[in-house]
Formats: sequence, C-alpha cells, structure tokens
Amino acid sequence: MRTNSKSCCLMGTRWFGERVRRTEDPRLLAGAGTFVDDIQPPRLLHAAFYRSPESHARIARVDTTAAKAVPGVVAVFTAQDLPEHLRGPLPRLIPHPTLIHHKTQVALAGEIVHHVGEPVVMVVAENRYIAEDAVDLVDVEFEPLPAVVDLEDAARAGSPTVHEDLDTNIAAHYTQRVGNVEDAFAQARHIFRERLVMDRGASSPIETRGIVATWDDRTRQLTVWDSTQAPIRIRNFLSLLLKLPQHSVRVIAPDIGGGFGPKIMMCYPEEIMLPHAAMVLGRPVKWIEDRREHFVATNHERLQIFDAQIGVDDDGHILGVRVEFLHDAGAYIAYGLIVPIVSSTTLVGPYRIPNYHAEFKAVFTNKTQVSPYRGAGRPHGVFVMERLMDRVALELRLDRAEIRRRNLIPPDAFPYDTGLIYQDAAPLIYDSGNYSLVLSKTLEMIGYADWPARQVKARLDGRTVGLGLAMYVEGTGIGPYEGCRVTVEPSGRVFVATSVGTQGQGHYTIFAQIVADALGVNVRDITVTTGDTGAFAWGTGTFASRAAVVAGNAVALAARAVREKTLAVAAGLLEAAPDDLDLAGGKVFVRGAPARAVTLGKVATAANPLRGTIPQAWEGPGLEATRYFAPPRGTFAAGCHAAVVEIDRGTGALRIDRYVVVHDCGVVINPMIVEGQIRGGVTQGIGNAFYEALVYDEHGQLLTQTFMDYLLPTIAEVPRVEIGHVETPSPLNPLGVKGAGEAGVIPVPAVIASAIDDALGTRITEMPLSHARLLDLVRGAPGVAAAARAGGRTA
Amino acid sequence: MRSRRKDPHTASRRVSPTRTRTVVAPDPVTEVRVSLRVNGTPITRPVEVRRTLVDFLREDAGLTGTHIGCEHGVCGACTILLDGQPVRSCLLFAVQVDGAEITTVEALGTPDALSPLQEAFADHHALQCGFCTPGFLMTAHALLRDHANPSDEAIRDALGGHLCRCTGYQPIFDAVRAAASRGTE
Amino acid sequence: MKPAPFKYLAPRSRPEALDALRRYGPDAKVLAGGQSLVPLLAMRLARPSVIIDLNRAPDLAFIRSTTIGLTIGAMTRQGAVEADAVVAARAPLLADSLRWAGHPEIRTRGTIGGSLAHADPSAELPAVAAVLGARFVLASTRGERLLDAARFFLGYLSTALQPDELLTQVRWPAQPPDAGWAFLEVARRHGDFALVGVAALVGLDGDGRCAAARLAFTGVGSGPVRVPEAEASMIGKRITDATAAEASRIVAGALDPDSDVHASASYRKHVAGVLAARALTQAARRARSAS
Repeated sequence: MRTNSKSCCLMGTRWFGERVRRTEDPRLLAGAGTFVDDIQPPRLLHAAFYRSPESHARIARVDTTAAKAVPGVVAVFTAQDLPEHLRGPLPRLIPHPTLIHHKTQVALAGEIVHHVGEPVVMVVAENRYIAEDAVDLVDVEFEPLPAVVDLEDAARAGSPTVHEDLDTNIAAHYTQRVGNVEDAFAQARHIFRERLVMDRGASSPIETRGIVATWDDRTRQLTVWDSTQAPIRIRNFLSLLLKLPQHSVRVIAPDIGGGFGPKIMMCYPEEIMLPHAAMVLGRPVKWIEDRREHFVATNHERLQIFDAQIGVDDDGHILGVRVEFLHDAGAYIAYGLIVPIVSSTTLVGPYRIPNYHAEFKAVFTNKTQVSPYRGAGRPHGVFVMERLMDRVALELRLDRAEIRRRNLIPPDAFPYDTGLIYQDAAPLIYDSGNYSLVLSKTLEMIGYADWPARQVKARLDGRTVGLGLAMYVEGTGIGPYEGCRVTVEPSGRVFVATSVGTQGQGHYTIFAQIVADALGVNVRDITVTTGDTGAFAWGTGTFASRAAVVAGNAVALAARAVREKTLAVAAGLLEAAPDDLDLAGGKVFVRGAPARAVTLGKVATAANPLRGTIPQAWEGPGLEATRYFAPPRGTFAAGCHAAVVEIDRGTGALRIDRYVVVHDCGVVINPMIVEGQIRGGVTQGIGNAFYEALVYDEHGQLLTQTFMDYLLPTIAEVPRVEIGHVETPSPLNPLGVKGAGEAGVIPVPAVIASAIDDALGTRITEMPLSHARLLDLVRGAPGVAAAARAGGRTA
Repeated sequence: MRSRRKDPHTASRRVSPTRTRTVVAPDPVTEVRVSLRVNGTPITRPVEVRRTLVDFLREDAGLTGTHIGCEHGVCGACTILLDGQPVRSCLLFAVQVDGAEITTVEALGTPDALSPLQEAFADHHALQCGFCTPGFLMTAHALLRDHANPSDEAIRDALGGHLCRCTGYQPIFDAVRAAASRGTE
Repeated sequence: MKPAPFKYLAPRSRPEALDALRRYGPDAKVLAGGQSLVPLLAMRLARPSVIIDLNRAPDLAFIRSTTIGLTIGAMTRQGAVEADAVVAARAPLLADSLRWAGHPEIRTRGTIGGSLAHADPSAELPAVAAVLGARFVLASTRGERLLDAARFFLGYLSTALQPDELLTQVRWPAQPPDAGWAFLEVARRHGDFALVGVAALVGLDGDGRCAAARLAFTGVGSGPVRVPEAEASMIGKRITDATAAEASRIVAGALDPDSDVHASASYRKHVAGVLAARALTQAARRARSAS
C-alpha cells in the first residue's frame, strides 16, 4: 500500500517508489553545497597549466626562468622535474585483447605533445591570477610534426602517425559476429546501405573539473578533493602511482556539478600533478579548470563514421545487418574500447537480427582523448539502426512504426540472447522487456494514427512539419560491483555510506528511500554519504547508468541485513520472536501490541554492550552491515522517443513542437528523479542533434573553445518533454531496477533525423545538424540528392 | 571659429575645443580599498583592480554559494543582484561595486528556512547537481519581486540567460511559475 | 581565465573621461557595460595597460527628447532604452531590436554606446543605427565631431574612434509616425549574436506605394551593410510578395559575407534575402496600419 510520502503513521510509510523531495536540496538551494572550489584550506596555493598550443610537435626547449621570477610564484614543474615513476604513461584502464596499442597520457608532456591542450608545465603560485601571469611567460619552442586530424585519413595506410613508435594509427580492430551475414545478404531480397556520421561533442557540465590536494607530512596523509565520478579508483591509482599505502590516501568527491562521463578518468594529468605538488611543497594546492581549458583538457566523445548495410525480405523482416566503422579515439585511449563496443552492441536494439557483423577500428588522431560521455556509444548504435529502419520503410513503402513492430523481440522471448559480448565482457542477454508495449504507448501519446491528416493540414497552411520515431535498448547496471554500509547509531539516526559518488542524480535521497522502508524510519532521519574513500573504500564509480542498480541493490542488501539484526536483537529486549516484530516510526514493536516497543537507538545500544556476552551468531556488535552487490551481467532498459518538429524553410530554423518519451527502467525508486534524468538527457541529445559541434581545423586547432561557439541548448530550444512509463522489472537484482541515467540522450539524434526526413523527404545521415545544414537540405543540396540515388539494391 | 555646415547625412561637424583644462582624470591605480554591503553586511577590503566580483564574493567575503561556470558571461551561474538587479558577477570587477549593495543566494534562505521560491524549486525537482541553481534563483527572485504575475514568456525570457546541463529547464520553469502563482515572493 | 594585470581609473564625469583618454588613450580600453570587454580581458585576448571605467560618470547616461528625435548618452543601459516609453514612441525599431540583444541580464549592464563602439559585425544596434540614420558624437579634449553610421563603422570590430576619443552620445532621428519598420533576426539560439539580421524602415505614399525604403543587415559583412539597389528597387512599387521577392534576390546577389563555424557564406546570403522580404512585408503592414 502506498501512502502519501509526507505522512508517517504506525503502519509504516512506504518511501520506495514515491516522488520524495530530495534530501540534498535544502543545502544546494541555500548555496551551502560543497563543490571542490568551495574547499579553501589555509595557506592554499593555486596551480595553472601551460598547455600545448600545438596539436603534434616535438618539444625542443622549455624555458621557465621568467615564469619562476614572477613575484608570488612558488614553484614551476616540467616533466624533467618529476620523479622517474611519475614520468611515464599513466594507467591503462580497461584492456582488451584487440587493443594492441593501448597508449595513455602522461602527467606532463616532456618530449612530444599529441594534442592541443596537453599539459606541459605546471605553475604554482599564491593565487590563480599570478599563476596565469606566470604561465604567460613560459617559453616553449616546438618543432611541429604532421597533424593527423581527419578520421578517415588517419585510418588509411601511409598516414602520418600520431605516435612515433607506431607505424599505424589503428589502436584496435575488433569484430563481433552473430550468424553469417554474408550468407544472409546473398539471399536477401533487398539490401540498403548508408554512410552515417556522428561528430565530436563535449559533455560540458556547468562545473568544470577541479582538484584540491593536501599533504600532512607528520601523519603522512594525502587528502584530495576531486570532481571525479570515481573517487575510490582515483584513491587506488594515487596510492599506486605515488607509492603510498591505500589507507594513507583519502579521496573525496564532494558535491559535483554534473559528471556525464568525462569526469571519470584514472587519471587525468592534473589528478597526479596536484597531489605531487602538495607533497613536494608541503602546502595545499588547488586547481580549478577554467572553461577554455575544459574544452581541450577534459575528454571528448562522439565522432564515429559508419558504413552500414541492412538486408531484409519483402515484408521488411531483418535478415542481417553489417556495420564497419571508425571510432575517433583522440591522442590516447586510456579508457579502452568501451565506447565503440557499446556502439556495436547497442546497435541491434529491440530487433531480432539473426545475422550481424560489427567491425570497428579505433583510430588515433591529434585531438583530445575520448572516453564515455552520456550515452557512451549508444547514441551511435541507435542512430545507425534507426536510420536503417527508416530507410527500409521508405524503400519498401511500409509504415515506419509497422516496420519496427514486425521486427521487435516479442514480450515472451526473454531472456533474449543477442549472441554478442557487452562492454562488461559478459554475454549480452536482454533480461526482460516489452518493446511492443513501449512502441504502442509512444504512438498513442504522439498521436501517430492521425498524424498524416495533421501533416496534410499543416502543409496546406504553408507549414513544414514532420514526425520522428526512434527506439532503443540500453544496457545498464553492469558490474563489477558496488557496496554499502548501513549503521544505526545509539541516537537512532541511520547512516548509510556507499561506494558510488553523486553528481546530481539524487543518490542521497533514493538510497535513503530504500533504507527507510527496510528499517521503518523517516527518510529525513537517514544520512547518506557518497564519494568519500574515508567512509567507504571498495567500489567502482558512477557511470553507465549503474548506480541505482548496483549501489542501490547493495544498499538494499545492507539494509535488509541490518533489519534482520535489529529484529534479532530486539527480540531479546521485547521477549518475543523476531517474526512477531515490525519496524515503523523509528521503533521495533510487537505486532498487535504496539505498546511493547523499543526505539531503534535502544536496540543499537543493546547490540553493543559494555559488559556481558553477545552471541557469535550476531557476527559482531552494533546494528551495522556491509554488503556488496555484483550483478552477473547488465540489465536492459528500453524506450521509444517521438517528436514533432517544424522547420522554417527560409532560414533552416528548427522548432521541436512536441517530444514524447516512453521509458522502461524496471522498478522505479523515485519517479521524480527518473523523469529528471530523462529531461536532462533529452536536452543534451537536442544539443547533439542541432547545436553542439566541436570543430577542429586541419592543423588540429579546436575552433570552438568557448560557450559562444560551443552552443548548449537553453530553455528556448527545449520543448516540454512528455513522459510515459512501462515497467518490466529486472530479474537480475533483488529490487528489480534498471538504470535510467542515459536514456534521455540516446535516441535524440535519430528521432530528430527521422522527423526532419518526414518533413522534407530527405535522408539525413549526419549529426549534428545546424541552421545552415538544414537550409542546405531544404534547398536540395547536391549531396542529399546523390545519397538518395546511391547505396542500395533490390534483387 | 569655423562656420557650421548642416549636412545631416554625410558630413562630420567640428565645434570649438574646450577652452579650459581644469578637469583632471583620477590617477590609474592597481589596488583599491573597496567598501560595500553584501547581504546587508558591510565589508571593506583592499583588492587588486583586476579581481573579479565573483572571486571577491567567494574568497574575500567567504560566500561560496555563487558559482563560476564559464568566466565569459554566458552560463549565468555567477548571477548576483547589484543594487537589486541581476548581473553576471564574473563580468564585474570588485572595484566597480564600491559603495554598492550586493545580494547573493545566501540571502534568500537557509537550509532550515528556505524561501517560497526555493521551496518551489525543491517541489518541482528544479535542481539536480545544484551548480547552476544559485544563478537561476537570483534571476527568478528579482523577476518575481518586480512582477507579481509574470507571463510565461517573461519567465522564459529571464531564464533564457542561464545554462543548465542537468534538468532540461522545464522543472525550473514550473518552479518559478508555481512560486509566482503563489504570489509569495 | 583571469585578466592580465592593468591599472584602473574611474572618471566621475564626461570631462574627466575625456581627460583620461587624452592621457592614456593609446594604452587604454574603455569599460562600459563590460559584457563584451570583460570576456576578452578574461581570455587575455585584450591586454590594455589601463582600464577607464565609465560607470562612475552619471553625465554619460541619459535619454533626451530633441526636436528631431532622441539623444541617448553612450552609457545608457540597453535595458533602460528597451523599456523607455519615449523610445518606444519615437524609435520603436530601436526598442524592438534590443529584445534580440543577448538576455535581460546582459542588457542590465550592457550600454548603447558600448555595443556600438565595440562594433561586432553580428550585433543588432549597428544595423539599427544605419537604418535610422543615427549620428555618433565622438568627443575628445580636442573637440567633438559628428559622424553617420557609414563613416563610424570602418570594419571588423573597428570604428572611426581615435585613441583619445570617446563615443559620448548617439542622436537618433525619430521615425516618421506613419513609417513602417521591422527588425528580424536568425540566431543559433535565442539571445545569441545574429547569424543574419535585418533592420527595415519603409515609407508609403498616399497610394500605398513605397516612397522610401531602408534596409541594413548584420552578420553579413564586417559591419552593418546597406544594399542600395534593393532599397531602390522598391521605390514606386507596392510591397507585395513579388516585389519583396525581387528585393530578396537583389540582396542575396549583392552580399559577400564570410563563412564561420556557425554558418557558411551561402547561408548568410540566402537568409539575408529571405529576411529582407519578410522585413519589408512586415514593415509594410505596420505602415498601412499606421496611416
């Protein structure tokens, strides 16, 4: 029975599943949050970096004399100043058998720079103004080397190489196959081919990166505040690289102003340099990335070029799909092949595809390194597959929704093994889902049935409108694991420490909701700590739509264990059997005799006596339990987006009139938070589709390095998103939840392309678009007409 | 003295130069002692003239609720009220607000006593990471103070100068709309 | 992104400001609203040794009715001009164009003179000044001179201001009460600089035919651009879809804009033509309802 979340009665309030207002909001609203830049220890020094202005060059000479002489400068570091063990390449994060050239970044470039923005010198001064003055005076002589910028050029044999010790720019070449796509194509009645491109983008959280490092020489403790999504892993790498015991290093990810992926990297150069400086100088040191730095110093994502083919029968049933693509890795590939693997495995989507070939090359270029950004390759896979589906519908003159319906994996086919290996190296098996219901609900919400009539009427009114559709399946909740410790203190207050960090996803609240139900306490009486290795030190991080699933279930397991312990201890106090007891209102009471009750605090005290004995069966004193959840593999969310757009044929302006999302992320802990994730994701997706483009010139210079050139959507560009829910619980975890963090962004470029095609009769195969690009399409630019003629055969 | 020609479209026109030169500009300086009021509290500090107002507020005044998102006047996270008007504090130097009245997010409410506008934000999930939020609050606060019942367009116009990467904006609009309708700001 | 070091002074009046420019002009930058200058300082793209802050000189900010129209002091805030009843009555094109200039918060600080003196080729005010026949007062301790838009705007971010000169006021002729006007703009996002913008002013004769037409474009050159052939093509004709389309063709043919990351030259040419036709049509409608 669900009751109003604000009421609390003896029957117990159900928090799980409710739109509970967030516990973290009051301090954030009052300006009392603690972001990294808010950490201001005494005697703080400030760092600034001299970053390479060249995209590819040998460093001939570095002269820091003038920089060092600026009053207020305390130290200047070059690669030569670093101890041997900090000069080499930083860790390889996720190896893969096909990742032959697993090149990684260094703390400071000493010999060669491989992308614009790579750090070469670090200046530490009394304040940031002085540090930047000194950076201005750093004098570096470069000998330029050929810049490798264009992705296709970089992949060709004979291209100049990004890495001097390699004779290729191909870091990895990986193929996954299911069935035999060549045979399937030989027999297919229709094969259609497309070249598809999605270009570079940046996550651009409103808070840039930042680090404060302090070193206490007496206790030999290193404390680092870092705007990272993975504080525990940063702690572990710092321990390794700085040769400190793990327990001597504490990493705290306090309030983080948006993560979206690129804030998880072990390690960015600055994450090594700041602690090193603090240890050498004996004073706390802070670095806050400024916005221009952010565009070159924080990882990018999104550029992939696809050659895609689909074979179908006369009724549009998919016989096979074959894709070959290039993935732009940037100058290094520390994070490995996660993004292209996710692209190739997300591509198959909600469809039955009996024969599949996904082959990619990860390619080095002289640009900022690439690592996952919200979606992490899923947007690409969905863009390719959904464009292929629209193409099949167009060519076979079938309805776009019908062609999808015919190919959907039916509701009774789960668990459904796609035959692929996912990014977690586990089999890609869809655990549960109801794709037909997701689709039909979307069609109903957008008014698909009478769309043709509405479109005709609009055209008669001189308006150019279109409706777009796109479906996706999203792998979420992958391992390896996350953990949680729940503690009831003698005061009766409950404390929860988890291994994941938070960047706005409401973890402080949703984890409290889980514990509140288990222990019968008010959500506001629970304090959740995330992202502090001093509080919890085994975990992975917040990424890949997994925190609610993996950490959430660890929370549930720990809470349940504490509940059972509470009942066992209280049974003794109340002289009743544990089965006869209930928890509510912060008390344990005998069912049917509520006067026979004892507070949680009293139970906690009783569980930790000063004298006497405690049963070994308790497995220790106190009301506390630590549990881990290690999912066997990912759990698969799904959804469908639909949009109605209007195009100004004279100016190429695009307006999104309606935007519908139907989303299935299994059981929902807090619907308000899931909807928030979807709205935010859709907005970033709209940016990816029409506004955000990182533009490099042929020398590898990034031309879009400010918010005046890299355009984030504002309120004026974003429609009100209408959200519908479907719920197919996950059988892979006790709570039945699936991840929701990336769903909003994944299909947006595909939906927008589909809508514009419906409006203009085009076939869009590139993202992002823009006013100018859309105007070209309206005016029937030659490129579009050619694409319509080429790339397909009908047997 | 030259005669005056009247040709309103094309010619330039000269008049006689000022005859006396008794007016002298102040000397240029690198440091100034500023005195201002922040959230009603007076504060006096010497500041380097290039020190931005946002840095002054965050470090000299110890008020870290105002955030830095871009330092080039686009994102709006640094918005405060200068003599009651919302402005980007990254585009002002501390010396420029000598004698002024500055209001930051800390004046709107405390975690235990939020203002009705702040409550509306919490009700509507109008914040996620909270980094852009103080800027939005200051602009919305000024809007609702000056307009008892702003139109939807006026709300969108005011909020249009702020970037948010988390919420998708509609919840923020809803919160401001709800706070306006309550008529209690 | 902290500015490089500079010295600072804040003159308290127009005469003090002129004296400051006399002394420090070549090494100085004038700080008006700061919405354009401070980002350049923060990015260290501008490194003046002296900043002359005009925000303490109250005699530089005013809106005065005159016999021919309005005189607006250079330090008058854009928001104040946008909201002023006299501006709305006598130069509605000016008031309306400001709705496109950034966001309300920017217009709280941004000034009329600052925007014009900055001369961004994608800004709204230079085009409006060109169309309305505004005249710029350039003052120094040597005297004053009066220039029209064509002589004031010299190129990309470049005006006729000498190092010791200050733009102190701008004189706007009132729009004829029966004139039609329009300001249209396409920007990547609401509030951004224009990809292409147009300010239009038309006058109709007793028969409803166009007796005067002025069009000034932004975003298509190094400053505001007029297309006299397009203007001339409307004279004596009614403003219809067909005649507006002809002007549109002339405009698209006459312009020679640059490409940048936001839009190509061909985009700007084409859209300038489209906006010209729409602006003429909208202005004509206003003229008809005004007469």
